[in-house]
Amino acid sequence: MPGRAPASDFATVMLPHLDAATSLARWLLRDQAEAEDAVQDACLRAITYHASFRGENPRAWLLRIVRNVVHERLRARATRAEAPLGVEGEAGFIDLPDPSPGPDAVLSGRQDAARLEAALAALPAELRECLVLCELEELSYREIAHITDVPIGTVMSRLWRARRMLRPLVARGCT
Amino acid sequence: MTDPMADNACARMEFLLQADHDNELDVAATAELAAHLAQCPHCRAAQAELAALSRGLRELPRPTASDRLRASILAAAPLAPRIAPRKWGSRLVPVGAGLALAASVALVAFVPRGPNLEAEVVSSHIRALQPGHLTDVVSTDQHTVKPWFNGRLAYAPPVKDLAAKGFPLVGGRLDYVDGRPVAVLTYRHALHEIDLYVWPAATATAPAKEATRDGFNTVTWIQDAMAAWAVSDLERSELENFAKLWRAEP
Repeated sequence: MPGRAPASDFATVMLPHLDAATSLARWLLRDQAEAEDAVQDACLRAITYHASFRGENPRAWLLRIVRNVVHERLRARATRAEAPLGVEGEAGFIDLPDPSPGPDAVLSGRQDAARLEAALAALPAELRECLVLCELEELSYREIAHITDVPIGTVMSRLWRARRMLRPLVARGCT
Repeated sequence: MTDPMADNACARMEFLLQADHDNELDVAATAELAAHLAQCPHCRAAQAELAALSRGLRELPRPTASDRLRASILAAAPLAPRIAPRKWGSRLVPVGAGLALAASVALVAFVPRGPNLEAEVVSSHIRALQPGHLTDVVSTDQHTVKPWFNGRLAYAPPVKDLAAKGFPLVGGRLDYVDGRPVAVLTYRHALHEIDLYVWPAATATAPAKEATRDGFNTVTWIQDAMAAWAVSDLERSELENFAKLWRAEP
């Protein structure tokens, strides 16, 4: 069975990270059903490319594929919605106009988990992506830079901006 | 806040503060930050806010993969070549997707007979960490665990309890590594599980070697003609300490 070991190992190595994949897709797409579709696409792609997996952090490896699939979906979404010109942000990131209130509006509310969740969901997409990978997936700056395809310095400044927007939510809770 | 020089210093500290929070700061910068924090209540408050935000974010409900998604991915994943399955019946969870997962993982377990024993042992350890799969015999008494292997293996694995040294034995199980059933002893240290795989070796002794794979550390050695693999997410130094204590134990 030469050559088969990497592919047959897929379930063992990647399935433990399925929840992380779903979580990232859900936070980026803000829709559970579409997130699951994206994860399924990503896993099919991951199975195809699994032979190229070289034993790095499997979670980071899978999340990078998930992130790419999610971005393709966001771009398709924007095209369907005939987004106006100029929505293409840095690193080709496209996001739909969000019907929910912006972070500032959300921040003025009560300090509870629901508010924090809403504020995170309302962050600009490229900031939300960085913060989720850092805080929820606990990946290193280097890994986040690799997944999001930007320099480490950009990761740090996005993280700082994301946190600065969310910090007022918890500021009163700590002295 | 009224001193413009202090504000400049604080602005410079922002990324240090954040990098420190994310465990990305080197020693020199850590010292610089510590010195600043000692005399800046503003940055101490910012530090506390970063920590509070982390706690808040990590307590948010996590979206998880549905059973349907899990099952559909298992169906798409390439299955391993067939090898006589081991008795999994008693440990299967009677839930649709769970069953599919366990069945598929059981098949995958028999695949690698290749040179990469380390990958095989780490995979086996990861599978064992899945709920309900950890131990076949649960006992902190080595005199219960050792006889349990009688009749289940063609050799008697050395069973040692290191409770007095901070690594209590919590049980044992059989697993299938390198094409044969092997003894696995499970130890605990703080919240970490350590699996120790033991089987007869071709040579009498070999020095310890260590490696890291998928975030798990392994230490392997041969002693008294028994090959041993210790696998855990424990810090490398602590796992090495475990290996040293285990080898020194009579």
